[in-house]
Order: sequence, then C-alpha cells, then structure tokens
Amino acid sequence: MSRQANRGTESKKMSSELFTLTYGALVTQLCKDYENDEDVNKQLDKIWFSHFFPRGYNIGVRLIEDFLARSNVGRCHDFRETADVIAKVAFKMYLGITPSITNWSPAGDEFSLILENNPLVDFVELPDNHSSLIYSNLLCGVLRGALEMVQMAVEAKFVQDTLKGDGVTEIRMRFIRRIEDNLPAGEE
Amino acid sequence: MADPALFEFLHTEMVAELWAQDPDPGPGGQKTSLLVLEGMGFRVGQALGERLPRETLTFREELDILKFLCKDLWVAVFHKQMDSLRTNHQGTYVLQDNSFPLLVRMASGLQYLEEAPKFLAFTCGLLRGTLSTLGVKSLVTASVAALPACKFQVVIQKL
Repeated sequence: MSRQANRGTESKKMSSELFTLTYGALVTQLCKDYENDEDVNKQLDKIWFSHFFPRGYNIGVRLIEDFLARSNVGRCHDFRETADVIAKVAFKMYLGITPSITNWSPAGDEFSLILENNPLVDFVELPDNHSSLIYSNLLCGVLRGALEMVQMAVEAKFVQDTLKGDGVTEIRMRFIRRIEDNLPAGEE
Repeated sequence: MADPALFEFLHTEMVAELWAQDPDPGPGGQKTSLLVLEGMGFRVGQALGERLPRETLTFREELDILKFLCKDLWVAVFHKQMDSLRTNHQGTYVLQDNSFPLLVRMASGLQYLEEAPKFLAFTCGLLRGTLSTLGVKSLVTASVAALPACKFQVVIQKL
C-alpha cells in the first residue's frame, strides 16, 4: 500500500518539474546558439524578445482553447473579471499557483499580478543576466495570445522579477482595446 | 504543479523554433536539429531521474528498469502507461505507445509521417537521460508506422 502511495507522489513531482525543466533546457540551448554568433551580441535582447514572444503568443492561442474547454468560465464582462479569471482560474489550472491582483489604475485598465516567485524557473540556473528577459517574454506572449483570442488586446510585461533580485515577481497587465471581429472586405 | 498541456504546447513550439532556426533545410540540417532536440531531452531526462526518491533506485535487474520507464516515467510525463514492452533478453527493448500524446494532436494515419521524427527526438533523449541517471548507458531511437502509434527502441550499451 505504501509503495503505491510513494509512486503517486513521485509521479506528481516529476510531472510538475517536466515543464520547468524543459523550458530551462530550451533557454539554455538558445543562449548557446546566440553566444556563438558575434554579430548578434548587441542585439541579443531584441532577438531573444523576437524569438520568445511569438512562441509564447502561439502557445497562448492554443492554450485559451484548452482553457475554455476545461474551465466552464463564461464571457468576462470587464477587465476586473478578466483579472480574476486569469489569477484564480488560469494560473491555478496551469501552474498550480494563484497570484494576487493589486495596483489597479484609477481607470480600471491596468493591474498587477504578484507572484512570490517566477513560476517558470524552479530548479533552473540561469546562464546570465539576459535570461530573465527570455523567461518573462514567453509568459507575456502567452497572456497576450490567449487574451487576443477572446477579443482583448492587452500588453503584459514584467516590472519586477525575483530572478533579478526583486522581492516579488510582478506582471503588469494593461488593457489596450477590445478587438472587434473584422469581416472580410465585401461581406456584410 | 504545471499542467500537462503546458508541456505539450511548449514541446510543439520548441520543435518549431529549432526547425525555424536551422540554416540548412536539407537532410544535414535536419539531423542537427534532431540531435539538439535529443540532447535537450537527455538533460531533462537526467534531471528528472535525479529527482527520484532513493529507494526507487535499487532495481533488481535491467528489466525492472525498463518496466519503471514504461510505468512510472511514462505516467509522470505523459499521464499514461506504455502500451507494450518487448525484449530479446539480450539488451534490446521495444517500447510501444499506441497513442503517443505528442503525436496525437497531429492527425492520425500516414499523413504526417515525415514530420513525426521531429516530435520523437526529445522523448528519445528523455528516455536515454533517465536511463543514464539510473546507471544505464543506451541508444534510443523511435519509429512510427502510423500516427499516433510509435515505438521506442532501447539498446543497452554494455561497457
């Protein structure tokens, strides 16, 4: 009996680390690729940004379908509802953590998600001080891609990061506009 | 605890990213990308293997280790068990998954057969890496006859 219980715990542990380990291996690999190329040294941040953000965006576009299918969450009526769903349902479902929501702007179009740690970097040692940007950009891309699929154009960026020595990790979310469905030209 | 869907989505983007970066679109370039993916899988497999509780690490024999891969590792990583394990009892094992999760999203049958190796390289490395942590040196390859079923061939390297 206890052997079965042990097995279950082991499996859970390994499962939860798979994503962060894989992400870490990917970042390490890409850092290696760029370190070898002298020409890109100056534009490292830009290139990493341009590579990771679109990948994150792609993940977000697929993730939202998975999320909507599994979560029974209805349409959000405003940005505050959206914030709640992101923090209490989505983060919980995919990363097993619930960030807190703070620092609402007076207009209600900006808020912060506060996480105790950067959720993507357990067990991973970052090769250099650029890597924090890489990690951040993937997650920002995911948030942007996912929300765009539910008709919200948003900006997501890390304003604090425990990887950089800050006390918490803070993601600032800003509502830009609602995306109207655009019909192709010539259709009513 | 990270949801399994996250790994699947990340894996897809990883394959796409490494393929996009490859300057050589010919067979030579593809080989490099496959090696890179396999190498990443190896590191992850090693790391996963290192996180096992100590008592798991005492296996009576080689077959126990392969059974561990088919049950515990596969459940932890893919949330299902391997469908079959065969061996010639001389160091070669064939692990068959009839519905490999990383291939399931890609249509079934023969349509994307050419693409399949890209989606298996990381997992081959994963198996090789976990085996390495368990003290076993191996060569791991994969083959697909029809999606989403695939076979992983593990050949133990005697030192």
